[in-house]
Amino acid sequence: MILKGKAWIFGDSISTDHIAPGRYFHLRTNLPELAKHVLEDANPDFAAQMEPGDFVVAGRNFGLGSSREHAPRIIKLAGVNAVMAQSFARIFFRNSINVGLPVLEIDTSGIEQGDELAVDLEAGTVTNVTKGTSVEFAPLPPVMVKILGDGGLVEHFKKYGEFKLE
Amino acid sequence: MASTLAEKIIGAHVGREVKPGEIVVTGVDVTALQDGTGPLALQQLEELGLVRAERPEKTILFIDHAAPSPRKELSNAHMSLRAFAAQTGAVLSEISEGVCHQRLVESFASPGDILIGADSHTCTSGALAAFATGMGSTDVGIGIATGKTWLKVPETMRVEITGAFGPGVYAKDLILHLIGMIGADGATYMALEFGGPGADAMSMPERFTLSNMAVEAGGKTGLFAADEKTRAYLEIQGRGGDYQELAPDADAVYVRSIEIDASTLEPVVSAPHTVDNTLTISAAQGTKVDQVFIGTCTNGRLEDLRIAADILKGRERKPGTRLIVTPASRTVYMQAADEGLLKTFAEAGALVTGPGCGACVGVHGGILGDGEVCLATQNRNFQGRMGNAEAFIYLASPATAAASAIKGEITDPREFLS
Repeated sequence: MILKGKAWIFGDSISTDHIAPGRYFHLRTNLPELAKHVLEDANPDFAAQMEPGDFVVAGRNFGLGSSREHAPRIIKLAGVNAVMAQSFARIFFRNSINVGLPVLEIDTSGIEQGDELAVDLEAGTVTNVTKGTSVEFAPLPPVMVKILGDGGLVEHFKKYGEFKLE
Repeated sequence: MASTLAEKIIGAHVGREVKPGEIVVTGVDVTALQDGTGPLALQQLEELGLVRAERPEKTILFIDHAAPSPRKELSNAHMSLRAFAAQTGAVLSEISEGVCHQRLVESFASPGDILIGADSHTCTSGALAAFATGMGSTDVGIGIATGKTWLKVPETMRVEITGAFGPGVYAKDLILHLIGMIGADGATYMALEFGGPGADAMSMPERFTLSNMAVEAGGKTGLFAADEKTRAYLEIQGRGGDYQELAPDADAVYVRSIEIDASTLEPVVSAPHTVDNTLTISAAQGTKVDQVFIGTCTNGRLEDLRIAADILKGRERKPGTRLIVTPASRTVYMQAADEGLLKTFAEAGALVTGPGCGACVGVHGGILGDGEVCLATQNRNFQGRMGNAEAFIYLASPATAAASAIKGEITDPREFLS
């Protein structure tokens, strides 16, 4: 499947406090409302102006900080197709797979705001349609491919009733 | 094969030697949720029809981030945690008990354990030689219900500490220095392992401060060997029977080794908005501060409060600078009361709050105004962390915090040490 959308550019060190600010702590049990504030402290216009299918494109260490799974959940709930970054923080990366949000570690330096991107998850390529360039990304570890393929960890457990990661 | 601490603990759980990079499914000994991440975990278990706890006496639900509740939505979230505890026999840590990580080291985590918690600073318990790591709600929820999780065996970065701290320099300065040196992603996916004569000489509270911040370098956990200090600490908690000696093998393989001579360090401050944006005190001093916050799972222990109180005794906060002190747990609170520390803080013009996460999480109890500057003893200074993206947070030791409250600007604590 090819995912298509526009790039929204973010910088380095986008923390879970940028993605799901602590001042909306009380909305953590109301994810659709919390999603209206996604990434608000990194770009206050993002939640209102992004269109379903768009991509979050960032620099180094995306998602650092808290273990709050609400962060990848509201990115997905807002309709973001995938997050691509130079690198990811560990807990955010694992949470993203668990909730079924594709996260791609690629060289994002050539991508600019509004570029049209096409992502082929199976082939492992990101094509910048606007610029006419293409980059490959390393496949996810097999255990994560398995969980992501099942639709996240809850769906994996619904299917198997246990960890079935081989 | 020689093993690091992380490899030893995971290997003991799966019954064979393990190598970095391997994926294992392992039993977990302790699982923890807090009021920010817990409701989502419980919702997932309901969806799976798995409303149960495999080891209820070692499953703890902490109400600490918004305690007491500042709004009805959070009151309702708290109710869901209480209901799960009542239904499954899991342990509920009420609003009065304190920060989860301090409660975990006091009462639940033991050497050799695998502990998963839905809070990134779960790595704090690594100081007790437990493989303790933060995960998301779904991972921990499934760990609670099944007693299992999956792990990638991490590579280990060894931090060899030599020398002793000079006056006015503390464990907090060392860990900020380390993160400044390797960066906020310098240990991503790795276990940090602290050792060497400087680490052996450290008290348990100092070790907790180092392990607590392992995640601020991207680390999965921050481990210390279990030694006589660990044994003595557990005995004081009434848990001497939980002790086992645990040390890495002498020829264990590390992906990177770093040596830090503690005697060469100066007080360190992390400037906004990342923890690795470190400055020595001489480069930071003079910055005006509107609020000083002493507490948290990083530096809200009795020993931290003693250090701050020693400096604040007989002195007062600068008018125009607010001072908030939040003991990490009820036990710390009571000990600080017995020693007269809370009175010293109150006399110095501080607001002393009940135990908990306090102002660190930006939910209540000390949210900053637009453009305000706070110096805090917590572990994070991200934009928006204390409830306002227009505010600025500096991180430092309790001594630097106390000195800064007195002068109303970031201050070298050595000015107040005789």
